Amino acid sequence: MTDNDFLKELHNPDVPVPEGMQSAVAVTNIGRLMDSIYNWGRRNSIWPMAFGLACCAIEMIATAASRYDQARFGMEVIRASPRQADLMIVSGTVTKKMVVPIVRLYNQMPEPKYVLAMGACACGGGPFKEGYNVVSGVDKFLPVDVYVPGCPPTPQALLHGFIALQKKIDAQSLGNYNSVPWYGRGPSDAIPVPVLGPDLYDPRQGHIMRRQHEAAQSAAQDKQADA
Amino acid sequence: MSEQAPVAETISPTEEALELLQKRFKKTVRRDDREGYGGIVVDASRLEKVAAAIHDDLGYDYLSSATAVDYLGQGDHVEMVYHAYRIAGGPALVFKAQTPRDEAVLPTLTGVWPGVDFQEREAWDLMGIRFDGHPNLKRILMWEGFHGHPLRKDWHEPFFEEELKPFGSRWPDGHVQRSEEHNPYGKNVQYPAEWSPEAYESPAEPAIYDNINLGVDVRTDLATDRVIVSLGPQHPSTHGVFRMVVRLDGETIEGLEPVMGYLHRNHEKIGERNTFIQNMPYTDRLDYICSLSNNLGYAISIEQLMALGARYEPPTYRAEVIRVLMAELTRIVNHVWAIGFLLNDLGAFFTPMMYAVIERELILDFFEATTGSRMMCNYMRFGGVAADIPARIRGVANLINDRVRDMNTMDYLHSLIHERLPRAIDQLDEYLTTSEIMTNRCMGVGVLTRDDAIAYSAAGPVLRASGVPYDVRRAEPYSIYPDLDFDVAVRYHGDVYDRYLVRLDELRQSIRILKQVLPLLNDTDGQPVFTGRGVYSPRVPAGESYGRVENPKGELGFYVVSEGKQNPRRYHVRAPSFINLTALEQMCKGHKVADVVAILGSIDIVLGETDR
Repeated sequence: MTDNDFLKELHNPDVPVPEGMQSAVAVTNIGRLMDSIYNWGRRNSIWPMAFGLACCAIEMIATAASRYDQARFGMEVIRASPRQADLMIVSGTVTKKMVVPIVRLYNQMPEPKYVLAMGACACGGGPFKEGYNVVSGVDKFLPVDVYVPGCPPTPQALLHGFIALQKKIDAQSLGNYNSVPWYGRGPSDAIPVPVLGPDLYDPRQGHIMRRQHEAAQSAAQDKQADA
Repeated sequence: MSEQAPVAETISPTEEALELLQKRFKKTVRRDDREGYGGIVVDASRLEKVAAAIHDDLGYDYLSSATAVDYLGQGDHVEMVYHAYRIAGGPALVFKAQTPRDEAVLPTLTGVWPGVDFQEREAWDLMGIRFDGHPNLKRILMWEGFHGHPLRKDWHEPFFEEELKPFGSRWPDGHVQRSEEHNPYGKNVQYPAEWSPEAYESPAEPAIYDNINLGVDVRTDLATDRVIVSLGPQHPSTHGVFRMVVRLDGETIEGLEPVMGYLHRNHEKIGERNTFIQNMPYTDRLDYICSLSNNLGYAISIEQLMALGARYEPPTYRAEVIRVLMAELTRIVNHVWAIGFLLNDLGAFFTPMMYAVIERELILDFFEATTGSRMMCNYMRFGGVAADIPARIRGVANLINDRVRDMNTMDYLHSLIHERLPRAIDQLDEYLTTSEIMTNRCMGVGVLTRDDAIAYSAAGPVLRASGVPYDVRRAEPYSIYPDLDFDVAVRYHGDVYDRYLVRLDELRQSIRILKQVLPLLNDTDGQPVFTGRGVYSPRVPAGESYGRVENPKGELGFYVVSEGKQNPRRYHVRAPSFINLTALEQMCKGHKVADVVAILGSIDIVLGETDR
């Protein structure tokens, strides 16, 4: 994008600007100006968390290495601490045992934060979906911004995912409280951490469990009545 | 270096063992005479004594694998299967012990082979065999409090469809429904009927600290510098989702316990539902850096079984040449990766890694051109390989600096093997071997003595750095390795530095092998690469087999039990990363906490294989 295009994009069509001035001046509202400055800064400095789960992590490291060089996207600063990270790349199979720390890590990340589900397993369980210890997609617990399919996705595919994330950030607006939670008045609610019981238990599903118990009880009563 | 393990003996180990053991233990030891099976069956009550005799008197000092099989409907017992070897080389002595399913108890063998520790815990976790006298018997891959023992044949996962594949919903009907739609929670979960989350306290986390605590109440009684630190599962140095719980006195390590299962993807349960050939792509995802060597191990194990049947032809010579080519290139990929990561762990963050990975990309280009995938190659078949290597290497990517995109494959391999790779290895050697970071932080750190390495069933570079010239390629040769000229790399200090040097030596030996393989590849040009019938579900006769290969990380074994049907009854992976971790505490005790990271890096684990 040239500077010229950038100004044209910001321009408010209701305000006439003389022909010769259009490449030098943009008349716009403060919100749109702030959006583009904010988004420009953020899209080019997304710091991923150093967090590899499985096979996909190897391709993620290959993406960070010299041949594919994710530094071109301002993403080379890989932070070990979730407190300093903007992007969680869920690179691999999410197991029931691991989803507990994953949710905790996500809760520890400061807003604005993004989640990229890398690979078939993180997107929907992948080849291991039927396994008893596998969560069929990290989106069962976390809000996912970008899905990158593949097993594992090639580094090119992951870079495509990064570009998709940048586009998503470009479209976000400071004025939009509804679709962009971190522009609201306070921090968003933490996601309740799952519990490792006899099986993985999501505290948000308590009502389903109660319903199941009631159904089982009434079925047992029916059986008794029949007898 | 260059001590070769002796060639395998020819006397059947079973006969030899039976003669001695039956004299001493009478009828409690008998031959396993099921069709297709081998080895001996030991009465559970005498298992410990017989095992001690096998170790002390027969000299089987190296216990490679211990795993359990559920014979539901075939005697209703669970069976522990042990594969013991002599560290001097030679075939396995297989011995088994059976115990009833409802009350599965066996004596522990940790007193005879300490390396069986984690494998017994795994058998308890997944198969529900209780080991009397085990020092720390708790779940290892699943969490404490999980319901049931998932590898039992009558245990069903939440997304259960049918016992065996192909599932009716996929073929021939083809009306697939998402499993989530059949589950009231929309997730891969199921709960016992009476369980309620209210007032439930999960035992999973406290159980981790059961065996590794300070012995004082930290809230009231903390007049001490001793602390317990949990490293991982999210930690940049843990090579994935590995976790360690460490007991420290100041900065010195008093005790350490690996905590695993954060990547337990139920490989074996899925593998027992799959048909034989369907497991091939899953083996890619075991040690995901070395998919091709994993393929080779699985193919060898199934070919052993198929060789029992009538219509089996072994792979052609060219197929074997290609297999060795792939396996050795994979070893190079793995070792440069491991060395790069070791430096990462030592604090030289990412720069050595970058250098190490350059050559890996070139090898991956070849893999992609041949197999269609960079990492998950799914290339070997029972009776050969899936496709011949292509005449030219082409790619769709058109990067300006990428001059390798359209080349004659043999020229490409020639320049790779004769120029690029040796140069890269020399470069690593020159920059790292005498570097102060390496020598100061690695020499004398994480020592594993020769005897400990054998007792703890360590394998691969970890074993060979402790002065044991044991390499499956020489100890029990497979494929065309007997024809090839190479040395078994061995070093004698058993510290982090020697493990690094062994990897460097092995890189050079791999180059040496590859230089011999290239002419063979030229000579065999045009020969077929697959002798099988190319069917979806090849006939695999009933029986058991244990196929093992020298993977870059150590001995990778596949124990497969077939009933002569399309699917294996038991499919077990002897994962070198998993078993090498048994000795981690031994290596770390007495060192500083910062050294744990280097020691772990020097073992070179990969979590896909550790947790399976």
